[in-house]
Amino acid sequence: MAWFRKPKKPLKSGDRRDLPSDVFVKCEGCGEILYREKLAQNLHVCPACGHHFRVGVADYLRILSDEGSFVETETALRSADPLEFTDLKGYAQRLEAAEKKTGRGDAVVTGRALLEEQPIALAIMDFSFIGGSMGSVVGEKIARVGRLALEEERPLVLVSASGGARMMEGIYSLMQMAKTSAVLARMHEAGIPFISILTHPTTGGVTASFAMLGDANLAEPGALIGFAGPRVIEETIKQELPEGFQRAEFLLTHGMVDRVVDRREMKETVARLIRHMFVHDGPGFARGSPESSALPAAAPGESGKDVRG
Amino acid sequence: MAATPHLEFERDMVEVQEQIDQLLELAEKKGIDVSRELTEMREKLQTLRDETYRNLSPIDQVQVARHPRRPYTKDYIERVFTDFIELHGDRSYRDDAAIVGGWARLDGEPLMLIGHQKGRDMKANLHRNFGMPHPEGYRKALRLMRLAEKFRRPVVTFIDTPGAYPGIGAEKRGQAEAIAMNLREMARLRTPLVSVVIGEGGSGGALALGVTDRILMLEHSIYSVISPEGCAAILWRSADHRDKAAEALKLTSSDLHRLGICDEVIDEPVGGAHTDWDGTSARLRTTLGRHLQELVAMSDDERRKLRWAKYEAMGAWRDR
Ligand SMILES: [Zn+2]
Repeated sequence: MAWFRKPKKPLKSGDRRDLPSDVFVKCEGCGEILYREKLAQNLHVCPACGHHFRVGVADYLRILSDEGSFVETETALRSADPLEFTDLKGYAQRLEAAEKKTGRGDAVVTGRALLEEQPIALAIMDFSFIGGSMGSVVGEKIARVGRLALEEERPLVLVSASGGARMMEGIYSLMQMAKTSAVLARMHEAGIPFISILTHPTTGGVTASFAMLGDANLAEPGALIGFAGPRVIEETIKQELPEGFQRAEFLLTHGMVDRVVDRREMKETVARLIRHMFVHDGPGFARGSPESSALPAAAPGESGKDVRG
Repeated sequence: MAATPHLEFERDMVEVQEQIDQLLELAEKKGIDVSRELTEMREKLQTLRDETYRNLSPIDQVQVARHPRRPYTKDYIERVFTDFIELHGDRSYRDDAAIVGGWARLDGEPLMLIGHQKGRDMKANLHRNFGMPHPEGYRKALRLMRLAEKFRRPVVTFIDTPGAYPGIGAEKRGQAEAIAMNLREMARLRTPLVSVVIGEGGSGGALALGVTDRILMLEHSIYSVISPEGCAAILWRSADHRDKAAEALKLTSSDLHRLGICDEVIDEPVGGAHTDWDGTSARLRTTLGRHLQELVAMSDDERRKLRWAKYEAMGAWRDR
């Protein structure tokens, strides 16, 4: 049999060894072999099936902010390991290893940025830092970026990815849920928009605090979003969970998120929402929330882009 | 023997108590004087209690917080408050019996009382879901808190739950959203709020009633981000190490006070609240009344500012 008539076999996982993994990657959604470079250009969304690959903080910064506009804040904050927590490994060692691995002080990056020229406050969680868990530093950085949003009257855009609370900080990690929600309460009263973007996976104390409190909750397709983890639920109810349970589309159906948004349309969607809620860029009604006299109403007849910020 | 539900470390005490009971029975039957023996044995029991309860390990504290004879929310409602009238339902889905709430009076003053409710036996626990709320429980609680705000009455919450219920319906109906909304709205309420951890303060399910101007804890209650069993299963890879997890998590009332989360620890009678419901209730009433008086004296703006400052300061970080 001639070599070219060999029947074509679909690639099996064993065959992947033959493909250099720094050049190719297999889609977890459809099994298609993809060029890494092409995939990156497509914002790490499979062009064949739309599967959203998990992306890092740097990628999401590029996805959401105008080029070169992001300026990071609060880079110096580090956990104080208040309980001197040790399990099979010391928490201090875990922190050190995570910082070495990620180059970051904790599981969230915050700062100022422009999004379609609109000044925003931006926070992006890093799942690769101890599972994106929320301890004192994550809570404090989100509180600070929330206060920055309040003081500078910028909408806050926050991208979540988290396994929940950082149990090595005990009660302090639980209280970060209350702390971040308290800052959001003040933003709520001041009429400062908060856009929550939920990516895979967002669970536990992060979902049960700021991630669910957006003026718009936007979820990436297929993202696992919930309070209790699926394994905990299965162990409790002693039955298998239905297909698609706790996925973004499930949350949309049950009314917990406003939209499931393709990553390639995320920036535009956020920009449009912010303009609807916050920026006065057309003729018509006066702007401003009734509870906040700090926001100046647009002068009559004024038109064109808002320049606040 | 031993019909009294008790914990492992209570066994000696239960034995002495049973000996006392037998002696009393014998004395009555035979009409003999046992007062000398009785005094001796009661003293022995007291010493045993003092020693045991002075040296409770964190995991023992967890056991006491979950003691099957420990008073629950409704037991305190009967003993601390008057004129309680329960209100039901979240006006959206159903009434969640794992949380009870309604108008009550403390020293004659009206307030809204809300608390997790555990069941005393299996039947009651099926009804109360072991004190583990569904989303509608938190939404009922928030509805009642807003009602209190409307009529300018303070809110008192009793925290006693293993945690929010992990189930399909709970997730479908937005467990996370319900808890989150309580956290944000409790931060904003223009009325005094006091929470008292009376037993188990289990994670997000506890915190959803816990964003308050004052956080009080009964001496043998606990408050934790995760149960020691859950923590041990994840970090020690086996729930058998729960004693180590209980130690590491710093979840006792004295820990929480030292860490600046709990404003005041309410001492329980020696032997724990389960040995003296009335005594515990009396102490709780006095302390609660004092905190409410302080809070009512403030303006709404001042109180809210202090509440925000308190929560926004929580945590421990280094600013290198
Ligand atoms: Zn694909």
